[in-house]
Amino acid sequence: MLTLDRISKVYKVGTFGGTDLSAVRDVSFDVDAGEVVSLIGESGSGKTTIGRMILGLASVTRGTISFDGEDVARLPRKAYYRRVQGVFQDPFSSYNPIFKADHVFRMIRGVYFPGLPDAGWESRVEASLQDVGLDPGQVLHKYPHQLSGGQLQRLLIARALLLDIRLLVADEIISMLDASTRIDVLNLLGDLKARGLGILFITHDLSLGYYSSQRAVILRRGRVVEMGSTSAVFERPLHPYTQMLMASVPQLHQKWSHGDAAARSGSGWAPAPTEPCRYHGAILGGGATAPGEIPGSGLVEVEAGHLVGCVQANADGSCGGRPASVG
Amino acid sequence: MSLQITDLRVYYRTLAGDVQALDGVTLSIADGEIMGLAGESGCGKSTLGKSLTHFDSRMRYIAGEVVLDGVPLPVMDSAAMEEFRFKAVSIVPQYAMSAMNPTRKIGRMTADLLESRGVNAAAMRPEIERRLELVGLQLDVLDRYPIELSGGMKQRMVMVISTLLNPSLLIADEITSALDVSTQKAVAETLLEFRDRELVRSMIVITHDVSILSQIADTITVMYAGKLAEKAATDVVIGAPKHPYSRLLISSLPEVGVRYEEKRLSGIPGNPPALLNPPEGCRFQARCPLAAEQCRQEPPFVEIERDHFVACWKAS
Repeated sequence: MLTLDRISKVYKVGTFGGTDLSAVRDVSFDVDAGEVVSLIGESGSGKTTIGRMILGLASVTRGTISFDGEDVARLPRKAYYRRVQGVFQDPFSSYNPIFKADHVFRMIRGVYFPGLPDAGWESRVEASLQDVGLDPGQVLHKYPHQLSGGQLQRLLIARALLLDIRLLVADEIISMLDASTRIDVLNLLGDLKARGLGILFITHDLSLGYYSSQRAVILRRGRVVEMGSTSAVFERPLHPYTQMLMASVPQLHQKWSHGDAAARSGSGWAPAPTEPCRYHGAILGGGATAPGEIPGSGLVEVEAGHLVGCVQANADGSCGGRPASVG
Repeated sequence: MSLQITDLRVYYRTLAGDVQALDGVTLSIADGEIMGLAGESGCGKSTLGKSLTHFDSRMRYIAGEVVLDGVPLPVMDSAAMEEFRFKAVSIVPQYAMSAMNPTRKIGRMTADLLESRGVNAAAMRPEIERRLELVGLQLDVLDRYPIELSGGMKQRMVMVISTLLNPSLLIADEITSALDVSTQKAVAETLLEFRDRELVRSMIVITHDVSILSQIADTITVMYAGKLAEKAATDVVIGAPKHPYSRLLISSLPEVGVRYEEKRLSGIPGNPPALLNPPEGCRFQARCPLAAEQCRQEPPFVEIERDHFVACWKAS
């Protein structure tokens, strides 16, 4: 349904935009109807930028994003937003505190349903509130400060559902909610998925990604380092960065293995320079294309649908284990 | 017995009345204990941490006493606390990212701080260097400005500064919340290291993230709406909690290995009560599946098994 084809984002920073900052580099993946794909990365990995590019809130420097085969950049904005909507991290700043919370619904009506009679509109609102598990009597005609974070976040999802969307971009939507209410919002995503909605779930929290998604994409410094079915990526991680993340997740019923020097240094992950790089080693050994290489992605398919990038990539994307004389 | 808090009550003054943020907290922390303090936003966990170090202008002391190593702490008197702060009890604040003076190099700022406590900064220099090494920071951070450090580095720098005078009690308030998982682990393990090397005697680690506590805490105290709900050893709170709130809270936490399709978790319906005018009796009763007539009266925080305290009529 949604396909990202080698998209990159370069921000101009510094005085007069003299310096380039690559936030996203050559990222390709897709999201199908009826599945939750989690986009997992630490701060600065480019996960939010990708979400903003999909939603048309940031321009794409290189590459194309297409929806049902059509280039999103050429689609009329309004038609695209009928099908794709986003919900963001902070439910409290997503609302204008001067207006009642259901003002967000009326804005939708003004733009997308100008001809709809009141009765039809109200039943539509009620249906979408029901879909997100809210009682209309409890949330309509209230100001944002009278509602809890979980209620506000579900109202925003209800607002997106008014439009018969097919893809929801959910950017850290439960990070600011309390533990006892966040799981209900997470379950709601699962219910919507079962009804055929495609969801891109952007998060820094691996356990939330594991709980809710069928496929996972791990980002590091703007690049995909590993992607595949959630069970493959979490249970058989191949990239050292993914492995380090998995080892760092605090688990309720399992203690960390202590005394990890690399973790203590704070840099998190340092590639081991002595091991040959699986990806580049394959390329160097086998000519122009490595067996299983996805052309142009910098990723190798190690099992069906499970892709892994260069395991010794430097910050600039070059291979740390690659002999200097080659290419 | 390192820290003993008895019936501590601290309210916030607002135009609408007093917000009963901390309402009758009684607990003790042993020597060498790392006590995790868990709860949702607004439950009073940060207020408890602040009460032990520095009352801000909105906080009002109502009742209770705090004894640290046999010496009563004058928590309500900010000037009198000056003698204990940083030396006997120290805090790593929630926003350690912005806890350092941005206009001073870190080494200079640390020296200023030590001099203000009557400690010779030059004599402390070898000790500072030893501790930087302990937390994995380069010595040249002392010649840098805070803005030049990453979030995790700043957090560890503040931890070094806060513990320089070997306080008896360290309060760490949400110090891992804004960090990436890999840095989170490094910072949490540094806390353990500080305790094991006896740089601090005991610790209160305040966080909303129970899974971090399961890694480093010896005991976990769960707070709900300004009161203590449960305190027990970490394994007991995680594995066999007795208070209905802790039980529902722990069972609502997703972790790697739990999936929506296979095991659907559920949250706790409802919201915590407003503390401006809290309900009589147990504060969890409106959301509690076990609530009964008896819960209109306040349940005492009692020891139901050895070192396992619960405030619930249904738990004993």
